[in-house]
Amino acid sequence: MNQPVLRVEGLRVAYDHPLGLVRAVDDVSFSLTPHERFGLAGESGSGKSTMALAILRMIRPPGHIDGGEVWLEDTRLLSLSDDAMRRLRLAGIALVPQGSMNALNPVLRIRAQIADALDDHGTSLPKRDFEKRVRELLHDVGLPPEVADMYPHELSGGMKQRACIAIAICLRPKVIIADEPTSALDVVVQRQVMATLARVQQELGAAVVLIGHDMGLMAQFVDRLGVMYAGRLVEIAPIGQIITAPRHPYTQMLIASLPSLESKGTMQGIPGLAPLLRELPSGCAFHPRCPRAVARCSAERPELRDIAAGAQAACHLA
Amino acid sequence: MTALLEARHVTKAYGAGLVGHDGIVALQDFSLALEVERPRIIAIVGESGSGKTTLARLLLGLVAPSTGQVMYHGQDLHRLSAEQRRDFRRDIQAIFQDPYGVYNPFYRVDHVLTTPVRKFRLAKTRSEAHGLIEDALRAVGLRPEEILGRYPHQLSGGQRQRVMVARALLLRPHLIVADEPVSMVDASLRATILGSLRQLNRERGISIIYITHDLATAYQVADSIIVLYRSVLVEAGDVELVVKAPRHPYTQQLIASVPQVSTKRTWLDEQPGGQRTAETAGGCKFVSRCPIALPKCSEVAPQPRPTEPGREVACHVAAPV
Repeated sequence: MNQPVLRVEGLRVAYDHPLGLVRAVDDVSFSLTPHERFGLAGESGSGKSTMALAILRMIRPPGHIDGGEVWLEDTRLLSLSDDAMRRLRLAGIALVPQGSMNALNPVLRIRAQIADALDDHGTSLPKRDFEKRVRELLHDVGLPPEVADMYPHELSGGMKQRACIAIAICLRPKVIIADEPTSALDVVVQRQVMATLARVQQELGAAVVLIGHDMGLMAQFVDRLGVMYAGRLVEIAPIGQIITAPRHPYTQMLIASLPSLESKGTMQGIPGLAPLLRELPSGCAFHPRCPRAVARCSAERPELRDIAAGAQAACHLA
Repeated sequence: MTALLEARHVTKAYGAGLVGHDGIVALQDFSLALEVERPRIIAIVGESGSGKTTLARLLLGLVAPSTGQVMYHGQDLHRLSAEQRRDFRRDIQAIFQDPYGVYNPFYRVDHVLTTPVRKFRLAKTRSEAHGLIEDALRAVGLRPEEILGRYPHQLSGGQRQRVMVARALLLRPHLIVADEPVSMVDASLRATILGSLRQLNRERGISIIYITHDLATAYQVADSIIVLYRSVLVEAGDVELVVKAPRHPYTQQLIASVPQVSTKRTWLDEQPGGQRTAETAGGCKFVSRCPIALPKCSEVAPQPRPTEPGREVACHVAAPV
């Protein structure tokens, strides 16, 4: 068995709210082996992006992490000093953000933004080596060397997202967290960017956490998937199992809500709305929307438990 | 019989007329006709920069074509009398992408529903107006008591977008132009909103022009589909034909790029060749990315030609003369 590179244990994130504490992430645990691609899926407000920020310790007040631990190999991230954590971001765990257009600095050329990342982590290179490194990085993500001299507004959406990937990999991180990296891109470009991410990940031997709600993208990209609902993991299993035999009714409905190109009339919405995190339903948070809910579901919260080899679900009926 | 709405050889260029500048052509020589008697759902599919939003704005009369005409009941949109314009504004409704931007945060949601009722004098009394509004909300699957009296920020994105569908519905239009209506709502809600559009078409005979970058939802919702690529029509026809057996290499590439929920993991393997490069003068817009291009393709722009009943394709290779 491979040693996990990233381990999240019982992670909890809360936001202070005038009406009380809002729990955005509740007792989430999972781990990644090197090279593994892990997906976190769920609707808006399910806590998946908060997870990304929490792993990087980038939750801002009024939010805070109030329980659990995140391990990067043997390092406990939650007990690191702020300065050590800052150095570990990018070098150990890098983020490919959702809106590449907002993530890049509009008044700096791409070269300067790569230099910033290297300098900030004390890995400044002599000029000639630096130029070589920039060329390599751009080449790795499939961009021509001229891009180094360009400003973000001169790049297309796909090129900007590739530039973000180039910055994310410049210190050879062990884990890349990609938070809906292609949600603003056209499908053809999305496919090219995801292929780029897959390739650089393999070359680095890094693990990837892909966050998103597109189950098609998950099906094609990740090895294992965690499904989040109202801040909790409700199912976690190898992707093949999730697609062929989803256990949790929410996962089943999430898959059914995806429009298919193969047969018409197959797309079904999930009735009702995701619950407000500050007024979660009793028992299983999904029970008001669940077509199979029984009395027990509103009374007792199902815990995540093993249901098959490597697969867990939090449902009384699974 | 004149069409409800018709675009005749419409071209729209932005920024043209400046010294030594031909402008950027956003939509080129586009034609489409919709009859009242045959309510259809037409999907217009394309990536960013394909001209699909320009088309929506042209059909709604929000911008004027550079050449060609958009006609409402046979009358040029920009030559309508005051009365015809009023009819047009009632008959053709729009739903836009951003369900956040269309609301004034200081007004209750009711405002977007009562305004059209008042402006178009749809009801004689307050209670009649209220009845109309409640019916429209129920028609799109909303419970009036959960919507009315609330402020926009108290509703979810999906609810807000459905209120916009309800608003369009209030006016009993013949056509709804929906420009990316679900691109900003969650996957789980998309199906519900698109389901309401489909239901309006089936039950109330409303035609819908559904503009999107998402081929899979277009397939699920539409009867026919028009694929645009960089301002030109590349393939159009019956949705089953175009999606199941695409002929234009761009349509083929587009369909192959949609990640499917499947255990067949081939999506990351074969990559579409060719990067988008600078505009080539004259020839086919797709030539720089095309795997089957002929020398002719960089010289002569292909015109849309019927390949079989219910489909036309603009490609020298797939639809030769």
